[in-house]
Amino acid sequence: MSTPSSSQGAPLATEKRETFSSRKLFILSAIGSAVGLGNIWRFPYVAYENGGGAFLIPYLVAILCAGIPLLFLDYSIGHRYRGSAPLAYRRANRKAEVLGWWQVLICFIIAIYYAAIIAWAAMYCWFSITKTWETNADGAAGFFMGDFLKVSDNVNVGFDFVGNIFIPMFFVWLVTIVIMVAGVNKGISRANAVFMPLLIVMFLILVVQSVFLPGAIDGLSAFFTPDFAALSNPAVWAAAFGHIFFSLSVAFGIMVTYSSYMKRKSDLTGSGYVVAFANSSFELLAGIGVFAALGFMAYNAGSSVDEVATSGIGLAFIAFPTIVSEAPLGSLIGVLFFGSLVFAGLTSLISILEVIVAAFQDKLGWKRVPATLVVGIPVAVISLVLFPTTTGLYLLDTMDAFVNQFGILACALVLVIVFGAGLGMLPKLAKHLNRHSSIKLGTGWKVLVGGIGPAALGYMLINELQSKMAESYSGYPVWFNGIFGWGMAGALIVGAIVLSLIPWSKNSKIDDPEFDQHRANVEAEEVPEVAGKEY
Amino acid sequence: MSAIAIVFMIISMLTIWGGLAVSLINLSRHPEKQDDDVIEPAGSAGN
Repeated sequence: MSTPSSSQGAPLATEKRETFSSRKLFILSAIGSAVGLGNIWRFPYVAYENGGGAFLIPYLVAILCAGIPLLFLDYSIGHRYRGSAPLAYRRANRKAEVLGWWQVLICFIIAIYYAAIIAWAAMYCWFSITKTWETNADGAAGFFMGDFLKVSDNVNVGFDFVGNIFIPMFFVWLVTIVIMVAGVNKGISRANAVFMPLLIVMFLILVVQSVFLPGAIDGLSAFFTPDFAALSNPAVWAAAFGHIFFSLSVAFGIMVTYSSYMKRKSDLTGSGYVVAFANSSFELLAGIGVFAALGFMAYNAGSSVDEVATSGIGLAFIAFPTIVSEAPLGSLIGVLFFGSLVFAGLTSLISILEVIVAAFQDKLGWKRVPATLVVGIPVAVISLVLFPTTTGLYLLDTMDAFVNQFGILACALVLVIVFGAGLGMLPKLAKHLNRHSSIKLGTGWKVLVGGIGPAALGYMLINELQSKMAESYSGYPVWFNGIFGWGMAGALIVGAIVLSLIPWSKNSKIDDPEFDQHRANVEAEEVPEVAGKEY
Repeated sequence: MSAIAIVFMIISMLTIWGGLAVSLINLSRHPEKQDDDVIEPAGSAGN
């Protein structure tokens, strides 16, 4: 076939494709990816708002009927076609390559703003020691928007940099790139093997401490008291499916990429159940910790839990600093909470960046180190130019809202339609999953991915389209959301089409003897009815 | 904390943390298999 790569001194890969050295490390890294900021700051409030204890029912239904089946779809494609998202999809079907590049670009957008939030959390870890926000007359809210972010009154994109954010962001990128350069085993696996146990221990201490605060029981009571009327509200079910979808980080290339580093005889479904339930276990723990702390906050303010309950940036950077100021051993709560955000965020950022690095590694046929630098440095520079500024918060808010809905969600919908009804690949992928897995999949999985999946994702997407078109997001100017929201989401699709049209050179991984060997082994293991046909 | 809240707290913990425990037990009962080539690798220098 092609000559071995010895041409022109380019940094071409002669190294073998990396694999996670053990199942444990894959599972740990996949959990590290799934457990992110959303588990800590989003789940508790979503559950509280959508039926409290009763939310458990739609939540479990969503995990079993959508989350885990979609996770298995990602695993099967990544593992069978052993490539980054664009290459794996291309090997499945030439026309599907564009979906992979769409996911790569989605990951690029998420990576550039995600690093900013990790940097804020790192600074707040430090601020917790002296409770720096107490210097502001308007309390934690005034400090965050004013003294810390120095948010401009004009919704715009400016280059008025804030040193206190730029510096920690720089270090977030430095750490991330150093980990990525070291590769799957020495970098990603090791980072997860250190950060994940640390995150769990820190978070457990935080939860125990929170539960013993005065008023904590009221918070837990508010969190777990079921509102059964919520179960008849379709919006509650949509919230459960939406939350699980984002929480498990399915359908945006991460799990395709990670599963491509698994050994051939891996127990894919058995590992997937562990990852999915570990992710939910952490969320439940976060719900207990966060609502116990909010119960204390309400107790201290003489108000109800309902008045203080919030999520996202408001929870982390306004409510929690207030709790840190008022609680006994508050500084410890602060360091543990913000430290947890940093570790949960870093392990997710690594997985997001890996989608991009792996894609370029395959496309260019380069070795790990040059490919990581060629991807990581420009991504870091763009992130450092756009977000540590007085207008960074606006950009982050709009990009986050639009890339989630019209990037991830839209791409997932197209993905399930293409692989389900379009290419009819689900039977082949189910057989692939069943070959070495402990939990076998039957017709149910195909129905869930090919039928329930598109229906649930389509319903969510239509809802989002209606709400985002009804009024300008966050009250920002129409031009701002037009460019950085709608325009950005559209540009990702155009960019993906352009990238998929660039031909794969002979140095790329498109013709890879190692993959041919993998494929031959898989085919030899397969039952005769599938083997021999189109792979 | 009301009785119903306590009941739902316990049910949530049992299903979610229990689900993790069951998943881990299932995995531990199926040890990792070693990859070996089913068919002979093709000529190493390409063919």
